[in-house]
Formats: sequence, structure tokens, C-alpha cells
Amino acid sequence: MSTIPLGPVLDTAHAPGDGARVVEPKTPALLLTNHHHLCPGCGEPLAVRAIAEALEDLGLVDTAVCALGIGCYTSFGATVDVDLVQCLHGRAPSVATGVKRMLPDATVFTLQGDGDMVNEGLQEVLHTAARGESLTAVLVNNGVFGETGGHMTATSVLGQRTKNTIEGRDAEYHGYPILIGDLIAQLEGAAYVARGSVHNAGAVARTTKMVRRAFEAQRRREGFSFVEILTMCPTGWFIPTGEGPDYLASTLGEVHIMGELKADGQIRTTEELHAENVRKAAELDAQLARGGLED
Amino acid sequence: MTTTTGTTSTGTTTSGSASTGASARALMEGSEALVRAAILADCRFFAGYPMTPFTEVLEHFAALLPDAGGVCINAESEIEAVGMAWGAVATGARAATGSTGQGLALMQESFSEATLAELPLVIFNMSRSQGDYFQATRGGGHGDYRHIVLAPQDVREGVALVQLAFHLADKWRNPVMIYGDYLLAHTQEAVSVERVEFPPLPAKDWAVDGSRSGTGRSRSVTPLGVTKVGQRHFGQEGKAQYIATKMAYVEREARAEAGFCEDAETVVVAFGSPAKFVKYAVAQLRDEGLRVGWVRPITLWPFPVDAVRAATRTARVVGSFEISSGQLVDDVRIAVAGAAPVEFIGGVSSDHSGFGLGRLLDVDEVRERIRALHEGRTQPPVPGYEEFTYEPAPHQLAPTPEVTP
Repeated sequence: MSTIPLGPVLDTAHAPGDGARVVEPKTPALLLTNHHHLCPGCGEPLAVRAIAEALEDLGLVDTAVCALGIGCYTSFGATVDVDLVQCLHGRAPSVATGVKRMLPDATVFTLQGDGDMVNEGLQEVLHTAARGESLTAVLVNNGVFGETGGHMTATSVLGQRTKNTIEGRDAEYHGYPILIGDLIAQLEGAAYVARGSVHNAGAVARTTKMVRRAFEAQRRREGFSFVEILTMCPTGWFIPTGEGPDYLASTLGEVHIMGELKADGQIRTTEELHAENVRKAAELDAQLARGGLED
Repeated sequence: MTTTTGTTSTGTTTSGSASTGASARALMEGSEALVRAAILADCRFFAGYPMTPFTEVLEHFAALLPDAGGVCINAESEIEAVGMAWGAVATGARAATGSTGQGLALMQESFSEATLAELPLVIFNMSRSQGDYFQATRGGGHGDYRHIVLAPQDVREGVALVQLAFHLADKWRNPVMIYGDYLLAHTQEAVSVERVEFPPLPAKDWAVDGSRSGTGRSRSVTPLGVTKVGQRHFGQEGKAQYIATKMAYVEREARAEAGFCEDAETVVVAFGSPAKFVKYAVAQLRDEGLRVGWVRPITLWPFPVDAVRAATRTARVVGSFEISSGQLVDDVRIAVAGAAPVEFIGGVSSDHSGFGLGRLLDVDEVRERIRALHEGRTQPPVPGYEEFTYEPAPHQLAPTPEVTP
């Protein structure tokens, strides 16, 4: 199994051209506090930050309304300075539909976990996408029910150990994971579908760009836009905190393939995205072998 | 001989005298009249899923809302329908959903949570019988919650109560249900849908529109008691406590009307369409010289305890006529509080589809049941179902042993 590096690899073999410098710490203005109560190594704060930065970058802050699901990330409802409708588990896309139909000029987005969206609310998200509602659904997918303490979800990958798949998820006994982004991309009403991650700096930057593109699709009223963000959950994965990013890349990231699944009217399959990621990784390896990363 | 008891004195008029949105008297089915009344009350969003006998409510919203500048979504399930209405209400718009028994059962989680989120949601319940009285007044949702439930006796009253529903929902920031039935939804009546004037309500500064995002004053519409950092914080328990203490005030909205009760020896309690049959049958029995009266709860919750107690003051016996196996009778017993025996004189009765009216909803049948109650006789069987009487098996008649240690 080849592990795909999903961002530029830091070149430690050569001294940087520029000297070290102090940069302004950039905290999104939308955060009412820097504090959160999530576990060390959790990826969800990074995902929330990507959303906040995308809204700020596009100048859409004073139009933003969030329909928030139920999971660990629910606590961000109190700390992100965005008009909020707290939803029942799974129901956020329906609630967002009602909000958007009454406020066509608002930038409406859901924030849901994999348990919320792919388990409890699969029907909601698929129907909302099929209707082509001009809103954005954001999924933070860690393949586990983090809030309950690490139980299998519909996106848990085969072999993944959870509290109720102690020996690992077994296809014969527990069934197969749902690749929700791939499913949504097939629907006519979906305008933009992408899957990013927050397991390294490059992935965070690409994910922020995906969220931006999703909001842009919404502003252009092109239809439903969807960004799935793979996030670390070392607590729910029962691994040391520091191993979260690598575990994400080598397990979830190998099944839920990152990239743009639907953009500019073109659908790309998991196989196509995987091939492209492998090609990019090989190119980076070749550059390193030649003595350093090219621009 | 009829007295109406509204326990509030908010200046509400239901006469339509100062109406501004009057429409000409026209023959229309109940569903259409209710929908026109909702639109007159500024309802601009509806989401629903078809189910008999509620379906026509959805049809008329779908036909009429777009021209009124509103949106009607044919939701893919009842659960999605109530979610969509939830979102629309959260923006400050007047919005509604609806269904019948099973569909409303699917919506219960949202109904109770919407109460905690203080969402002024209006629910059109066109029920298949009165066996959903408990569902409407107790509900199957979680936690401590109550809904105001309005039960019109006919289309004309329905037009007024639908508008009252939207007013009360906003006044208390609490869901309000219209409890109708097959007869209300499908009866064609000559009605004029006229605007009912209500006292002004405060602006919905709690509603979301995105304009305050990023200002440090963004809003949360939430059942969880979690507010933004720096704002008044309820916490889960605090929010539940806050809602619980609000309900004591909402109870002041109880409404009922009564007739022939001043000297009545027998008083019959009934709500909705069947109450109209009871009123007619009681008038016939009065003509025969029987001292019988009736009292009709207009709000099923808050239950008009004071009005029922006052109406049954002289009663020797109280009857509950309802199309169910006996649900309303519980609330009547609570209201009468042992002052007189309370007997159930209704029954399960529907047509063969299970959606419509059975043979019990007939003036002659209703009159004979009231007469039997008045004369202390056993209630006659529900017509058409004489042979469907449960026969316990011997093992069921045998006593079950005590199991306490």
C-alpha cells in the first residue's frame, strides 16, 4: 500500500532561502474566543477555522447563517460569531433549506459530523442535494462517533477499530462504509462536491479553498455545494495524539479519497482522484530525488 | 343559552368586524379555507408530505403560497417537512407544517425540541379520529414541553382559530397545533375568509438573518441553552426551567364555550366536529324537557379546567363524548375533580378506510348515548361493531401471581 503524501513535503535537506521571521498571528475575527474544550489532536477546530477564513476571505461574514448539527463540533456554536440555528441530529440540511428559502441572499451552511449526516441524516442530505438547494453542507468526517466515545459510524473504514467494532470493522458483519461525497456528486442538483482534510498544512490550505469554492457556488445559485473535511480523532481512534495525522492519511484518507469530486460540471470518481493523487505524489518524490521541491 | 369563556382579556376579536382582508363568501372545502386563513395571517412557508385526510391542506398551500410570495415545499418525508418549517420559523417568517397521526408521530422529536428552541411553529393536524388527543396534548416527544392545541368545531371557526394559532405561536414563542379532522378538512361550506385583528407583537429580534454575524452580537436559535460566548447563558437545565415557568403563563390562554349548563343534571364534554353533533343533540333533548347541557374545550391544551368545572357545577353526571377509546375523559376527570362521576360515552368509529367518519358520528346515535347517560343506563354498542368485542382467553382471566419479594 502506497501512502500518499497529501501536501508538499517539508524540505529539511536544504536551508531555506529566506531567514526566519516573525509573522502576525492570524486568528479569524469570527472566533469569539481562542478556547475550545475538544481533545488534544482533534481536527475539528481546524475545519471550523477553514470555514471562518473562507467566509472572511469572500466578504460574506454578514450574510452567514449556520445550521449546526449534533456532535463534538456543536460547542463551536457558542464560540463562532455567526447567526446560528441549532438542529436536531441529522436534520440540518432540512433546516438550512427552510432558512435559505426564506433568506435567499444569506450564505447558509450546515456543519455536521459523519454520525449526524451519514448515519442519522443521510436522507436529509441526499434529498437536499437532489433538490439543488443553493446552500453549502460541510461534513467533518472522522469515521467515528467522537462525542459518545469512539463508536462505529457509516463512514468508518474496513478494519477500523471502534468501541463497537473491537476487532475492526468487518465487511461481512458490519457492512461497508459509505463514501458520501461520491454519492452526492452523482446527483444532478449538486453543483460542487469536494473532499479535503486537515491532517497537514497543505491539506488545510486546500480545504479552505474548497470551502471558498463551495460558498462561491452558493452565491452564484448554481445548486447544492458540499465539502467533506476529514478530521483527526485520536481519542476516538484509540491512538496517541501525535499519530492522528498519519493515521488519517493511511486509513480514512485511503478510502475517502481527497480532491474535487464534482466541479465545473465534471464528476470525478474515487479511482480517478486516487490515480491523480498517486501521480502527484510520484512527481513530488521525483522532485525531491532531483534535489528539492520545484515551484 | 351559549356562553363563551376566554380566560384572557387581550382584546382579541373574532368577529371580523374591522376586517381588512375580507374575501367574498364562497363555497370552499375546509382545507382551502384554513390555508387561505393561514396566508391571511402572513404564513409564508409550508412544508408537508401527503397523507389522508391532511393531503388537501398541502395541495392548497402548494397552489396558493407562491402567488402570496411564499414557498411550499413537497418534503420527502414528514421529518424533513418539520425540519424545513423549523428553519423558516428561525428566520422570523410565519411558517407551518402538518400531517395526520402517523406523520405527526414521525415529527415528535422536532416538536418537543422546537418547544425548547422557542420556535413559533404552527402545525396543521387533520386527524383520522380523536384517538390522537393524547398525541396532541401530551405528545410523544422528549422532555418537558407543551403545545397550545386549538380544536375548531367547523370551517368557519377554523378560519379564525388558524389566525389565532399564528398569533399565539408568536406571542408565546411556542408551537401551536390546529386539531382538525376528516370532516373539517373535507366539508364544503360557504365561508368568507376574513382577517382577524390581534394586538401588535414585538419584533422578532431573536430571529437569524446573518446580518449580525461578525459583529459580536450574532444570534442563536437553540434548544440547548447554549448561547454565544459573552451572552446570557442558560445551560440545558436552566433552559428547561425557563420553559417550564413560561408554561404557567401560557395556561391563561384556555378557551371554551358552554350551553344549557345553568341547571343541567347531565353535562356532556366534546371537542372539534363531534362537539357540533353533541350541541345539536343536547338541544333536541332540551326540547324533550331533559336537563342536559354541553361544554366544548376550544383549547385542548391548555385544558379549560375552570370553564369545565363551572359548566358542570350542577351536574349529577358528566359524560365525555369523543371518537376514541377514551382520552379526553382523563382531562375531564381532572377538571371535575371528583365533584361528579365522569363517564366515557364515545367510542372507536371510522369508515372502512380508517381515515373518515364512522356511524357513531350521527345525531341520533349521539342523542341516544346522552339519553342513556342521563337515565343511568348502559351505553349502547358502537353501531356496526357489535361483534368486535374482545373475548379474553381463560389464561388471561386467571390471576397473575405477585412478584414482589
